[in-house]
Amino acid sequence: MRMGLRIGVWTVGLTVTLFVVTVTSAAIGPVALDLPTVAKATLNAVGIPAGLDVGIVETSVLSLSVPAPTVDVRYAYPFSFGVPGTAETIVRDVRLPRIALGGVVGFALASAGAVMQGFFRNPMADPSIIGVSSGAAVGAVATIAFPIAFPFGLQTAAFAGALVAAFVVYAIATENGRTPVATLLLAGVAVQTFLGAVISYLLLHAGESLERAVFWLMGHLHSSSWAEVEVTLPVVLVTFFGLLAYARDLNALMLGEEDAQTVGIAVERTKRILLALSSIVTAAAVAVAGVIGFVGLIVPHVMRLLVGPDHRILLPTSALAGAAFLVATDTVARSNPAPLPVGIVTSALGAPFFLYLLRRREVHEL
Amino acid sequence: MNHHTIELDDVSVSLGEVDALRDVSLSVDAGEFLGLVGPNGAGKTTLLRTINGVITPDSGAVRLDGTAVTELGPRGVSRHVATVPQDTSVSFAFSVEDVVRMGRTPYRARTDLTGDEADREAIERALERTEMADLRDRPITAVSGGERQRAFVARALAQDTPALVLDEPTASLDINHQVGVLELVGELIADGRGAVAAIHDLDLAARYCDRLALLADGELQAVGDPETVLSDEHLRPAFDTRTAVTPDAVTGTPSVTAIAEPRRDRNAHVHVLGSGATAARALTKLWQAGFEVTAGPMPSGDTALSVAAELDIEAITAPPLSGPGESALREAQEHCRTAAVTVLADPEVGPDGTVLELAESSGRPILVETRPLEARNHGGQDVRERYRDLESRALTASIHGLVPAIAETIRPQAVPADD
Repeated sequence: MRMGLRIGVWTVGLTVTLFVVTVTSAAIGPVALDLPTVAKATLNAVGIPAGLDVGIVETSVLSLSVPAPTVDVRYAYPFSFGVPGTAETIVRDVRLPRIALGGVVGFALASAGAVMQGFFRNPMADPSIIGVSSGAAVGAVATIAFPIAFPFGLQTAAFAGALVAAFVVYAIATENGRTPVATLLLAGVAVQTFLGAVISYLLLHAGESLERAVFWLMGHLHSSSWAEVEVTLPVVLVTFFGLLAYARDLNALMLGEEDAQTVGIAVERTKRILLALSSIVTAAAVAVAGVIGFVGLIVPHVMRLLVGPDHRILLPTSALAGAAFLVATDTVARSNPAPLPVGIVTSALGAPFFLYLLRRREVHEL
Repeated sequence: MNHHTIELDDVSVSLGEVDALRDVSLSVDAGEFLGLVGPNGAGKTTLLRTINGVITPDSGAVRLDGTAVTELGPRGVSRHVATVPQDTSVSFAFSVEDVVRMGRTPYRARTDLTGDEADREAIERALERTEMADLRDRPITAVSGGERQRAFVARALAQDTPALVLDEPTASLDINHQVGVLELVGELIADGRGAVAAIHDLDLAARYCDRLALLADGELQAVGDPETVLSDEHLRPAFDTRTAVTPDAVTGTPSVTAIAEPRRDRNAHVHVLGSGATAARALTKLWQAGFEVTAGPMPSGDTALSVAAELDIEAITAPPLSGPGESALREAQEHCRTAAVTVLADPEVGPDGTVLELAESSGRPILVETRPLEARNHGGQDVRERYRDLESRALTASIHGLVPAIAETIRPQAVPADD
């Protein structure tokens, strides 16, 4: 019961924080808007899925006209405050998509980071450790540099690349149905290095698209759209709740795999599920926002110092704090006179902070 | 049909190239505490890991209440047997209660994050039982080794299983916590659980276990009550050393002492008079130094006598109150006369002065005293005078200086003078 209460209090507190950060962020920009207006406009933009519209659209496949089913989600908007039209447009169509996507990405990266740190029992672990980010980068850079050879769309290619890389690392590290985490870690490092070479090669031959590719690699939210939010958010939420269902298993795993088995955890199966879910949640984030470093490392780490190592509370608080953190840092990134990729800001803030923790020996407590 | 709580049937395990266990069959019943003893690398931990399902045997079967571990799966096994791991060091700051709660893992539903009433009751009972309730909110990283061990016993209790597996539950604990943890396990067994523990300390194992199983090189050497299993006959091949097993002065249970084998043969006869701890130590020292040792008369039931028996030292026994009989005395006299040296180790001197008489008949007495004569003199003034005479004639040595002193005494005889 006490735990339920603690989770509740922290969740509500961080949700409020996230809302405050969101509204503040939406008020900042070339056109100055006052906070109450922004708050109303933000609430107006909150949509709840209310139903599905299924239709048939004629599409052309190999110059043949084929009817294909389409699915549209209908949204209900519970709030309708009176807000000036320009302000509403700026908030809803310009600023909020980027903020919302930033929130979703931060949420995803921080939850995956929390899970990976527990999984590897290592504070330096983050989702990219099993090659997810590198795989996504290969997919994305290949698509940017050679759009004709890879005509799948940037996000799809990045998402697929991420999952393929994670699976390859897993397959390399697995022998006789067992996946020792140490092997997984080393296989991840090796595959990352290899993919790094592939990315460098692709960049060398990227020609005119080099700048776009580099920008993608640095992690960015500048071209966010509601469409991306609509695709990413459900994937992230579903996998998040999947991970949350394994929070207690993850706790048991933190005391050692053999020990976890003696309290009834099917260790290898649980590890597979945790790896798969955190790879998916990371891939979904990386596919839309590129490689944004340190969110998955720092946020869970700080939350662990605040709420303790129990994943039942660590996971939701990390996720919400990750969302707020990325929205805030992206605000810094975009309000810079020369807009920066958000990845630069998170790394520039995150690395010194991490070093501070390292010097304070906090990291060794993990 | 009644099943054993834990049953191993011809279990063999190989780890890589090494046969970690060969054809081990054992069983543990409800209310029984089985101790696994044996040298490092004997396969104790491997055996425990076959019971809790961490290792699947290459051949043979492990059954819990009649059901094979392989059929139960991790969750099923964890409802039958709870494990207290050897290494309880945790690097994450879970609270004591969090750790205990992990024992409820086998019973919870996946979607249930906070646990139900049954969970809370089991956790509460386990905390109370192990006297950890006051420490429930303390981080497991911030409690003492003994408390951490108790927290893991509490976790095993919360797991609510008929069987317990404990891997070296007392290793790295202070003696007070060693006893505390084993007393607790004893209580849990009295409740009707069955337990197996790998215990490095043979004396503790003998003291707390109903039966012992001695493992060496992956094979079962002996199974039975501690008195049977802990004998030099079984222990010497297993540990590759000579051992002496004597009843512990306090608990009366077998106490094992490893003794280094004599490194050389000294070819000289030493006779030991006296009794008690000092005589026992003298016997061991002399035996280890390679002398041909005889002893006695010593009152039956004396510590020194049991040491003599363990080391196959010929010892003359006297009834405790009436003193040695005629033939025993003659035999002792013969030993004192023929021995190169007679050692008097804290001799008790009675009114008849038997010991003094024997000492007088020996050529070279060496006196080892740790207690004052007053504590050993039961014969009054007269005897004291004779003892003083002996003292002036004898060489005095400490226990540690005994062997050099004897060597010194014997040398002039062995090496003829130059002139």
